Amino acid sequence: MGLAWLMQVYLPIAEVSVNVFLLLGLGGLVGILSGMFGVGGGFLMTPLLFFIGVPPAVAVATGANQIVAASVSGLMAHLKRKTVDLRMGTVLLIGGLVGAAIGVVLFNYLKSLGQVDLLINLCYVVFLGIIGALMFVESLNALRKSRRGTPPKRKKHNWIHALPFKIRFRTSGLYISVIPPLVVGLAVGVLAAVMGVGGGFIMVPAMIYLLNMPTKVVIGTSLFQIIFVTAFTTLLHATTNYTVDVMLAVLLLVGGVVGAQVGTTIGMRLRAEQLRILLAGLVLLVCGKLALDLLLTPSELYVIAEVPGS
Amino acid sequence: MTRWLILLLLLALPARAEEVVLGLSKDIVQISTDFDGSDILIFGAVKRDTPITGDPLQVIVAVAGPHKPLNVWRQARRFGIWVNAHAVEVDSAPSFYAIATSAPWDAVISDTEDLRHRISIPRAIRSVGAPMDVPDAQSFTEAVIRIRSRDGTYQLLENTVTVREETLFNTAVSMPANLTEGTYPTRIFLTRGGTVVASYETEIEVRKVGLERWLFVLSRQQPLVYGLMSLFIAIAAGWGASAAFRVLRSQ
Repeated sequence: MGLAWLMQVYLPIAEVSVNVFLLLGLGGLVGILSGMFGVGGGFLMTPLLFFIGVPPAVAVATGANQIVAASVSGLMAHLKRKTVDLRMGTVLLIGGLVGAAIGVVLFNYLKSLGQVDLLINLCYVVFLGIIGALMFVESLNALRKSRRGTPPKRKKHNWIHALPFKIRFRTSGLYISVIPPLVVGLAVGVLAAVMGVGGGFIMVPAMIYLLNMPTKVVIGTSLFQIIFVTAFTTLLHATTNYTVDVMLAVLLLVGGVVGAQVGTTIGMRLRAEQLRILLAGLVLLVCGKLALDLLLTPSELYVIAEVPGS
Repeated sequence: MTRWLILLLLLALPARAEEVVLGLSKDIVQISTDFDGSDILIFGAVKRDTPITGDPLQVIVAVAGPHKPLNVWRQARRFGIWVNAHAVEVDSAPSFYAIATSAPWDAVISDTEDLRHRISIPRAIRSVGAPMDVPDAQSFTEAVIRIRSRDGTYQLLENTVTVREETLFNTAVSMPANLTEGTYPTRIFLTRGGTVVASYETEIEVRKVGLERWLFVLSRQQPLVYGLMSLFIAIAAGWGASAAFRVLRSQ
């Protein structure tokens, strides 16, 4: 029946009425990305939710909740294939939990100043811009080299190997200091809380280029960290801001879990370099759109915000 | 039809000058999961014991949502990007406001009467004082009206109240899907020659019901339980769908 396509659902926390199929579609699209690239897809989800009229604070908090679910199915697939470095994941997680707590405090402080939207947008533009550009150049080079037939060289030693507190990460075949993964985890935790993202788009390149982890275990390990950090972030937002909309999250993830399985299958068929160049292109696209919003004169100069605590 | 008969019966009762007798198609709006806005029919009659004299009777119907303070920001370019630069706090603005009139606005009420009863949209918003660095506080209230008129939460519906024989009137107000919970004071004004001759006030209750109510209350009263539940539902669904997909593929 044609009427079913017009089905609206009223979201109890966001207090807006949205089309069910729009939400399922959004979830599915982001789920495919999640499976393909091992990123939560939150960097796309959060701006898309703003666009369909979900209040930014609700979009960020609910995004974190949705990423937990979208990542569970992805992680299960990786655990089965034994492509998760649990020890590395735990170190990243410890950093991540501390980072998430700092992030929520920062988020609530800037919300009280009325500048939280700016913070979110600036974070997106800066991080997506840097990461996207780096990945794009790197994977272009890698692609060119592999065409010429010379295997990509992995740098064996850099400044990271000079740091203390070294631990052996057997699954990754690494013997490095715990400080870099702790710092990476911390940074990702802050971003998870502020931007409503899993932070995979930061963590995946950091693991590849900074920690020199094998590409095979990168995605599974990042999913492991993301699940726990976003779960913690969800609880922090739910208890301090009351902005987690479970109905929104469930609708997004129904599409998301199916999409994630499809994405994992696609991801296995593509070569790592191709995968990275695709992700880089996507990251740059979102970055460009958000940068334009900050740079171009808005059509409406005024913004209505709630008074905190009212 | 019966509703008109009841009103006519009420008219037979003795009364002073002119008085409003009102009916609403519903006085409770329930926000359920499939809530997608609601139309409310407002109908009434004028009860009087003296013959009709003077200027023609006009009717104004105003439905307001709960009043809340707002922070209105004006953006400005700083270091090349657009940021929230100046804020003015609007002390009280309705979250929803619809005014239906029986004639063009200028013909139904005078400015002084509007000022006294706070009927028009600008009068319904209260804003006192602005920071020293903002000389044009007025433009912030205008922005609230502009933004909310554009998204349909503020509506001025001229010529939408039908008045018959200076006695019966009716109109319909459509409430949007993004309603907030609360009590919606609904006011009816009868005017002659721009002066209010009678008024009537009632309330429409807007509230979440069923699952919507349960989730909302839980999220405010037991936020930790609500957060854990949200996670549990998310993880269960994620795991369940993944298992279902595996079964599907193995077949």
